[in-house]
Formats: sequence, C-alpha cells, structure tokens
Amino acid sequence: MTATAVATPMVKAENVCKNFGALKVLKGVTLEIGRGQVLVLVGPSGSGKSTFLRCINHLEQVNGGRLYVDGELIGYREKGDKLLEMPPREAARQRRDIGMVFQHFNLFPHRTALANIIEAPIQVKGVKKAAAIERGKDLLSQVGLSDKATAYPAQLSGGQQQRVAIARALAMDPKLMLFDEPTSALDPELVGEVLGVMKKLASEGMTMVVVTHEMGFAREVADQLVFMDAGVIVESGKPREVLSNPQHERTKLFLSKVM
Amino acid sequence: MSVDVRTPPDSPPVIDAVPLRHPWRWVAAIVIVILVALFLFGAATNEAYGWTTFGKYILDERIVSGVVVTLELTVLSMILAIVLAVLLAVMRLSPNPVFRSVSWVYLWIFRGTPVYVQLVFWGLFPTIYKNIQLGIPFGPTFFTFNIQNMSLYFLLAVIGLGLNEAAYLAEIIRAGISSVPEGQSEASTALGMSWLMTMRRTVLPQAMRVIIPPTGNEFIGQLKTTSLVAAVPFTFDLFGRQRDISAVLFQPIPLLLVAAAWYLLITSILMVGQFYLERYFSRGASRKLTAKQLGALAEAQTLGEAGHT
Repeated sequence: MTATAVATPMVKAENVCKNFGALKVLKGVTLEIGRGQVLVLVGPSGSGKSTFLRCINHLEQVNGGRLYVDGELIGYREKGDKLLEMPPREAARQRRDIGMVFQHFNLFPHRTALANIIEAPIQVKGVKKAAAIERGKDLLSQVGLSDKATAYPAQLSGGQQQRVAIARALAMDPKLMLFDEPTSALDPELVGEVLGVMKKLASEGMTMVVVTHEMGFAREVADQLVFMDAGVIVESGKPREVLSNPQHERTKLFLSKVM
Repeated sequence: MSVDVRTPPDSPPVIDAVPLRHPWRWVAAIVIVILVALFLFGAATNEAYGWTTFGKYILDERIVSGVVVTLELTVLSMILAIVLAVLLAVMRLSPNPVFRSVSWVYLWIFRGTPVYVQLVFWGLFPTIYKNIQLGIPFGPTFFTFNIQNMSLYFLLAVIGLGLNEAAYLAEIIRAGISSVPEGQSEASTALGMSWLMTMRRTVLPQAMRVIIPPTGNEFIGQLKTTSLVAAVPFTFDLFGRQRDISAVLFQPIPLLLVAAAWYLLITSILMVGQFYLERYFSRGASRKLTAKQLGALAEAQTLGEAGHT
C-alpha cells in the first residue's frame, strides 16, 4: 500500500450490513480502499457485490455497520452517539463526488451523447453551459467518441453507450468511480473497448470499485481482488495470488467455473 | 454448403420485380365510393337538412363568437387541468405520504362524480359561498368581496371543466411516469440530482412520449365537453349559441350541422398540432436515423469506398 493511502482511505467499510426485509444480503462487509486504488469485486450472482456497490453511493441505505467515503459517513449524520437519517439534499451532495456506471448504461435516451454528459454538471453543479460543452467534448474524445456528440443513445452500439456513460460520470469530476458489471450486457467484441477506457482511467490514478466477471481485467488492473459469497467476503488479496492460488473451497469452485 | 469469402467482383443489378397486385382493395374502394356518393346525393337533395339555413348561419356573427368562446373555454380549462394534473401525478408518486393522500382524495372525488353534476355545482358556488374573505382563520379579516355581485359564469365554467379534467389527466401522466424505466431515475440520483430535478429533467420528458397521444384525445374530448357548460349556466359557447338560434328558427337540424362542422374543423386543427408534438417528444426513441444523419453516413461510405480503390 502506498503512503498516501495510509492517511484516509477513500472507502472504508466497517461491518456493513444490508437487508431487504427479512432477507440478509450483506452480513458484515469490512474493507478499505486506498486513494488511487482499484478494487475488483467478484462472486456468484446474489452474493451481494452489487448491493455493496450501491450502498457506497447510498442508492441503498445501509442497515448496520458504517460506510465512509473520503472520511465522511455515508447516508447518516453522527450526533454524539446517535445516528440521524440524512436529508435527501445532503445525500445528493455526497453522490455528486461518486461516479457510477451501470450494467445497462442507463443513458438518458431523450438526450444526445453530449447532452447526456453536460446534464449533471450544468443542473447539479451550476457549471456554465459553454464550459460544460467544452469539457464534454474533451471527455468524448477521451473515450474515443468525439464524432458521436450529436448521436442519440439508441443510435450507438452497446460499447459506445457504455463509454458515453463513463464520460457522463467523469464529467462530475468524481473522486471515486463505481462500476456495476459494466461489460455484462455487451457483445464479446465490444467488451474490450470499454475495458480499455477503464484501464486508462485506472492508470490515471482514479479510485475505482469494479464489480465484474472479467478476470483478465482483474488480474491486470486491480490492486485488490475481493471474492464475496452469500453476503460476506470470503477471500481477498492481490489478484494474481487469489486467482492462481485461491485458499477457500468456495473461491476455488467459483473460479473454476468462470476461468 | 459453400460460402464465397472473396470480395464480389461487381455488385449485382438492383432487383426490378413485378409488384404484388391487390385487386380486392380496388373493389372495396369502389363499393365505398358508390355508397358515399349515394348518401351525399340523398343529403344534398333532402329538404330536412336545410342547407340554405346552414349556409346562412355557418359564418353568423353569433356562431363565430361562440366558436371563439368554446376555444377559450377549451384552452383555458386544459391549461388549468395540465398544471394541476402534473402536480397531482407527481404528488401521487412522491415519497411524501401527505402528498400521496391529498392526490388520492382529489382523484376520488373528481373522477367519482359526473362532470355535468360538477358544472351545476360550480354554478351554485356563489350561492353556497356568498363572500370570499382573506384573513387569519378565527382572527381578523383583511379583505372581503361579494362574489354574488360578479358575473363569473365563464370563470366557473373554466374551473369546473379544468378541475374535472385534471383528475383524468393526472392518471395519464402517472401512467407515463411509471413507464420510464427505474434505471433512469437511478442514474440521475447517482449523478447527484434531487428527486424533483430527476422528475423534471429525466422522467417527465421521457414520459411525454407516452403522455402526449392520450392527452391529445383529452384535449379533443374537452372541446366537446364544453357543450355541457349550459349546466353552469353559461350559454355563450358554440353549442349554446346554435341552440339559441335554432330555438327562434324552429330549425334544429341545420344549426346542429353548423355546430358539428365547427367542432370537426377545430378537432382537425388540433390533430395536426398533436402530430407535431408527438414527433418532437419521440426524439431519441427510435434507432431510425434522420435524413440528415443517413446522408452523412452514406457520404462517409462513398468516401471510404473511393479510398479503397
């Protein structure tokens, strides 16, 4: 771990629990992600990895434990030893600094690629339109789509849509990026272009949490690989070590199926 | 099986096939044209239709002023209805239980009673509430005016029509909002947008595609419902005017035709407006490229081919 990461971790989860009614989805997840680090979450479906990701930007409210981003408690305010539910406005402010990329892209279909990107900076941050457009075009060329500014999402391929979605998240200048199975809905030949953008982002020092089944990406880019099953972390460590020498039976079983 | 993987030497000639013939379509069309011609001939020669009276009154000053009043009633009551309906629909879907209940009760009352009854009620409003006072309840009054002294029947007709329509439109808008996938509001939330901003910027514009066609229907329906304002009582609209004239002439049929012709004309104009609105709000809904985008792609293709040879 690098020296800066020791100061305050970007994400700190302490015994995070989440249940939907009687169903326990997260049963105590504890982990830390240092600044500039890439953490890849893997595990069978239903293991709680997506739910954990959604807890980080408070799309789901944590039921137990504490979750901090950049030293700030997510979703609640601490007053003495009491926890107060956070008003929506403050939750929205916390989310501004956390970018999220979804499995199904969730681009706004009624806006062009460029309009998708400049929407939140203008509406949420109050950036001037001209400045937002300039930055938006810059981001589009960073994801290799400078010729698609006026295209509507329905006119783009899945890979192009996901790259626009990444640019849209980056337009808010996030300090942390969350990726929820960003390539799972893509044709195999389009996966590479999205992973390429993500690799570049990681090399530029973005802190990233990635839920994925792309073990090649995990091996190459991740600083830390976490294997989750049934709402708990089963095993974590350097991706090369976990992938080539898994310690737990469940990890071995899972990896034997996906690799 | 053999697959030719070489590049084809020349593109094959464009297919020039004999188009499929549809003889029965022609037969059906001819039969219908004959039937319509017979009906028109009958109508033109039948005295009861009173075409001379029709011609005399179609542009009568009173009829035309009635048309203007009917349009005013329709447009104003629809504006009131749309504003109220958006508010009601958003309240109905809001996380706030107080808003949800208020919206539900409103819908329950205004959808649960006939519009004719509501219009009669609004006409009696000045009898029920003789004065409107502005002040602190059980405290001092700042301002009083007697509404019985005012001629408010036009306003009451607009309110009556608008409040009733709002209940129906609210349901249309709610259905439109629910048709927008959850991922859309999730993505907006994740970008730090508030609930209201998400509604305004992401959900409602997409819901419009679903909302516009039935709202066009409601607009046309409202135009025709204005003929009920006699219940208020308000009689300066198109239907009230023609009834006044026909009562004097004892010729109801030609004047009904006059009113029908005007309603049909206005409806036709509204349909044109609806077409353009629908086209505007279907932006991005289809993969189909616009003529401009197709042109650009074809040009790029030609350039690419030219580059290869």
